[in-house]
Amino acid sequence: MSLDSLLFQAVNGLASASGLFLVAAGLSVIFGVTRIVNMAHGSFYMLGLYIAVTLAPLLGEHLGGAAGFWGGIAGATLAVALLGAAVERVLLRRLYNAPELYQLLATFALLLIINDAALFLWGPEDILGPRAPGLSGSVELLGRRLPQYDVFLALIGPVVLVGLHLLLTRTRFGRLIRAATQDREMVAALGINEALLFTAVFALGAGIAGFGGALQMAREPASLSLDLSVLGEAFVVVVVGGMGSIKGAYLAAVLVAEVKALCTALGVIEIAGYTFNMSWLTLVAEFLVMAVVLVLRPHGLFGRALAATKAGEAEPPLLPLDRRGRALVLAAILLFAAMPLIGMFFRYAPVLALDMVIAALFAASLHFVMGPGGMASFGHAAYFGLGAYGTAFAATQLGLSTPLAFATGIGTAAAGAALFGWFCVRLEGVYFTMLTLAFAQIVWSIVYQWEDVTGGSNGLFGVWPDWPFDSRAGLYLAALAVALGGLALLRRIVFAPFGLALRAGRDSRLRAEASGIPVARVRWLSFALAGTLCGAAGGLFAFAKGSISPEAISVGRSIDGLVMVLLGGVQSLMGPLLGAGAFTLLQDTVMRETDYWRALLGLVILVLVLLFPFGIAGGLRRVARLRRAGGAR
Amino acid sequence: MSAPSPVLAVRGIAKSYGGVRALDGVSFEIAAGELLALIGPNGAGKSTCFNIVNGQLRPDAGTVHILGRDVTGLPPRRIAGLGVGRTFQVAAVFPSMTALENVQMALIAARRGVFGFWHPARRIAREEALALLEQTGMGAQAERPAAALAYGDVKRLELAMALAGEPKLLLMDEPTAGMAAGERREMIALVRRLTRARGLAVLFTEHSMDVVFGHADRAIVLARGRLIADGPVDAVRRDPLVREVYLGGTRPGREARP
Amino acid sequence: MRPSNVLRRALLGAALTTSLLAIPALPARAAEPIRIGELNSYKAQPAFLDPYRKGMQLAVKQINEAGGVDGRPLELISRDDGGNPGDAIRVAEELVTREGADIIAGTFLSHVGLAVADFAKRRKVFFLAAEPLTDKLTWADGNRYTFRLRPSTYMQVAMLMPAAIGVKRKRWAIVYPNYEYGQSAAETFKTLLRAAQPDVEFVAEQATPLGKVDAGPVAQALADAKPDAVFNVLFGPDLAKFVREANTRGALEGTFVVSLLSGEPEYLDPLKDEAPVGWVVTGYPWYSITTPEHQAFLTAYVDAYGEPPRLGSIVGYTTIRSIAAGVAKAGGTDTEKLVDAFAGLEVDGPFGPFTYRASDHQATIGAFVGTLALRDGQGVMVAPVYVDGASVLPSDAEVRKLRPAAD
Repeated sequence: MSLDSLLFQAVNGLASASGLFLVAAGLSVIFGVTRIVNMAHGSFYMLGLYIAVTLAPLLGEHLGGAAGFWGGIAGATLAVALLGAAVERVLLRRLYNAPELYQLLATFALLLIINDAALFLWGPEDILGPRAPGLSGSVELLGRRLPQYDVFLALIGPVVLVGLHLLLTRTRFGRLIRAATQDREMVAALGINEALLFTAVFALGAGIAGFGGALQMAREPASLSLDLSVLGEAFVVVVVGGMGSIKGAYLAAVLVAEVKALCTALGVIEIAGYTFNMSWLTLVAEFLVMAVVLVLRPHGLFGRALAATKAGEAEPPLLPLDRRGRALVLAAILLFAAMPLIGMFFRYAPVLALDMVIAALFAASLHFVMGPGGMASFGHAAYFGLGAYGTAFAATQLGLSTPLAFATGIGTAAAGAALFGWFCVRLEGVYFTMLTLAFAQIVWSIVYQWEDVTGGSNGLFGVWPDWPFDSRAGLYLAALAVALGGLALLRRIVFAPFGLALRAGRDSRLRAEASGIPVARVRWLSFALAGTLCGAAGGLFAFAKGSISPEAISVGRSIDGLVMVLLGGVQSLMGPLLGAGAFTLLQDTVMRETDYWRALLGLVILVLVLLFPFGIAGGLRRVARLRRAGGAR
Repeated sequence: MSAPSPVLAVRGIAKSYGGVRALDGVSFEIAAGELLALIGPNGAGKSTCFNIVNGQLRPDAGTVHILGRDVTGLPPRRIAGLGVGRTFQVAAVFPSMTALENVQMALIAARRGVFGFWHPARRIAREEALALLEQTGMGAQAERPAAALAYGDVKRLELAMALAGEPKLLLMDEPTAGMAAGERREMIALVRRLTRARGLAVLFTEHSMDVVFGHADRAIVLARGRLIADGPVDAVRRDPLVREVYLGGTRPGREARP
Repeated sequence: MRPSNVLRRALLGAALTTSLLAIPALPARAAEPIRIGELNSYKAQPAFLDPYRKGMQLAVKQINEAGGVDGRPLELISRDDGGNPGDAIRVAEELVTREGADIIAGTFLSHVGLAVADFAKRRKVFFLAAEPLTDKLTWADGNRYTFRLRPSTYMQVAMLMPAAIGVKRKRWAIVYPNYEYGQSAAETFKTLLRAAQPDVEFVAEQATPLGKVDAGPVAQALADAKPDAVFNVLFGPDLAKFVREANTRGALEGTFVVSLLSGEPEYLDPLKDEAPVGWVVTGYPWYSITTPEHQAFLTAYVDAYGEPPRLGSIVGYTTIRSIAAGVAKAGGTDTEKLVDAFAGLEVDGPFGPFTYRASDHQATIGAFVGTLALRDGQGVMVAPVYVDGASVLPSDAEVRKLRPAAD
């Protein structure tokens, strides 16, 4: 390993950093002003690339290669910016009054729809675009060849950075953006057309992402997996830099890209007799960086504490069930308990019901930290996975009996949640969210690569429970009992002093501390408790499926949980249960109906979000209230 | 004012921000049953002083004793645990709970009952909470969500919460901020009544001079980080230095609010 | 799917459910269809699985037009497995319980294949894994109820070994996607090469995140290690990025490269005129296979879909052919009889005849090895040689040691 090669790799890293920066900058601008966690941001990037590789040859035929290439990039940028504006006007605008994070649900639906739309428009095969005319060669540097396009990319990042900085500091539009980033209420108070500002900001953010995607035309093919793979990195960069800080985003992009380039450059190394392949770390480098930065600097490199946003209306007080509610719940429990009998006629029903029961426990445990705790976790799947892997490992490798293996799984999840929670609960808002994500990704990458213990990317299988849980009915009833126990416990706690204190810490940390509530400890304990119950859900999952793989810990799984909670309604204790049921049923149904099931799922979620901006539970409550009002008249 | 052991004793506290002295050698005391106003023009160091007392800031020098105990640098939660109630400039309550639950929560916390996982909180300290709400004139609103209360009522609710757990000292940051003139007088009269009855020491900051001079027992005046006056309100009102700071230094008028 | 189709499906489903409910124990009539429950990661891997599905449908159509198997038509019930084992197991349960599938088949991703194989063992259902490559499926975790069609990772690597050994290079570098497939391909390669050439040195090993290769730094790191030969396991978008960067940087100039799967049209075609000339690859050169079996398949496929087949098409087509042959040999769809019939089953496919080995349930279907070149602005494999799977598989005796878990 020569110094030259390290230096050269550092220059390589700068080109990658520009790409990262461009996606992240748009995300940061959008989040800063609108506080929307835009899940569709990676989709904008992907669309930028797809549109560019389509336009470039078309334009190239008429105008020549160079005009085609650059025209393609310009066209793609413009098209994606327009799409961003349209998304804001048509969709998100309707959701600004919904509780926080409902926009996340909507943009998640959008992500699903855009991916299928791209499949429909461009087909499944990757499309490799043309090289950049005039920049397709390389320059000599340190005795190596550096692609000219990489030099161009390394420069474009700082150029955009300076451009954005000028836009933000020298123009009225920019000053409005900065004002809105710091204090949204003030902008409204100043009589500025907030609607127009939001649309413009969304178009700007989407446009930058589209531009970033289009620029990759010369480096990578347009493919359908880009949206999600880019999204995670963009989040990391924004958070590491500090939400809303463009300069921070650039530095973070450089940091992440350089760490990766370094891991790649070092290759296989030997430490104290052990050989270790550093390139393995590239799988998780960005999340390691994020975890370290957030633990040391809770608001990222350049971030400040976010002014608390007015989170719409405060949620209504939680009430114990009335008589009718209790009757309904009892009926639902009886129905689920009777599932093995129903299964004699509809053999698939118990299979689906088991998935629902597990999803319900998963979603309810997430809801506990997210609803009463006010801490939206993006990494809840980590505890699901730890529970599942703990159980699977104990059952298959240690040969423990089913109950003991299950207990091992729960213990593993509890330990993980207690450990990670200790760091996470110190952070607020979106930083908390992102640190949970970072930890989940770290767990995922360990599980993914620790072949001997976790089975690596293939996972563990042969995790079947022993008697009396080895029959479908036996396992189902046991799972139902565990889930009901967990749900009852959570409910009990929410109404107990601890639950009240948890809500108090969410409502007003200031007041809670002044009243003598140890908010950090309450949060930590609630996080650990939620993780423990989530681990139970994971353990059940391992037994139900007979196998477990790293997907159980993936971001996708965490997002599923969020979608369930939000879909059902975050402001109600029944919400996550309804959401889990609805989501499981929906997914099962749409997957069978059409090849474009993701788009269909996205559409259904979108419709539900627009109809019930407070989730299904919120919608039902409103219907009930209207009916009561009607009856009284 | 010659109580042998003051409820609150602040001695020589100082705090700088990047070389700027926000607070410089400030000392004062409060005795039980006393209503002490902390006043001064904007930027005088009122907030810094107040936040050092309540634990949100750690002083560079000096000590804070509450009931004879050194609490310098303890976090707000620990100070609350020593029997100190607080209200905020912008009233802070728990909007997703009913007024009653708010006070119950405060009572549960004061009794260190936060880590109860089983018995419904609804049935804990209900009578005491209702009594506190009655005393602050909120009895009729007990079952309403805090989010639905008028701002004046939120301030009363906050007072009820601050009084939960029988505090010996009450720290009130602008107790009448954001209220209409009539409401202000009512509020401060309520505070006066309740604290008298309970023998409570109160430290409050205030912008409204008629509130200060109409109701406080004593006032201390800060200017540019230094204590320039400490005495009964009438004496302070006549103090030439105070008059200069208020009339000469900043905008004239009884309302020093910017 | 057109609405009328959905409606028909729904009615059919309803009718089926009703009939199952009403008379669960009705003896099979003569023309009772053979229900193949097929699940695959259509959404996650569309590039490979679109042609795969077309191949399957072509085979079903041909077989049914020829009167089915023993007079029973084939009925294909296809599902998306969600690309993860959790969903896949539920889908498999659904296929077995609700749809009454006699046989399950499919899967692409290794971990999904392994999970479904385990499910098959547990529920005693016959499972023909079409595409997962992992060696574990037939060896370490092989079981009685699972068979696999496609050549495994080990087989694909072994097919490239003659070329890798033949060039007699000393300094090798390896680049692979960082998951089980890439890892085991790299391990197998190292083991086999060391065995044949003990003085070989592995000078660099790059494990890149799947789908997210940092191509520039990776190509550079390989070049900096100054290898005289490279073994590549990257595929898909990773491959395209890697090839382009390596070209621009001249990172692999004068370096001999052997590469897994890169000759498969799914991965080769997107590279267009940038296909890396001179690489020795495994793949499917449909344009230069002249055997009559393949010619017949090619004609039928192009007639049906108006486009050339991909490797996925071959896999899909042969999967259905295999099942038909197995059911015919077993004389029905009884699971245990099917398992016995598949052991040693001979099947005629577009690549010629092959066998499902009794010892490890692996099909001996082979793959083509050739060198990449450019023709009309498109990468092609020249001088492709068909390597029979049987020629690279370990002997039955060795396999028995590799298969501890099976029956």
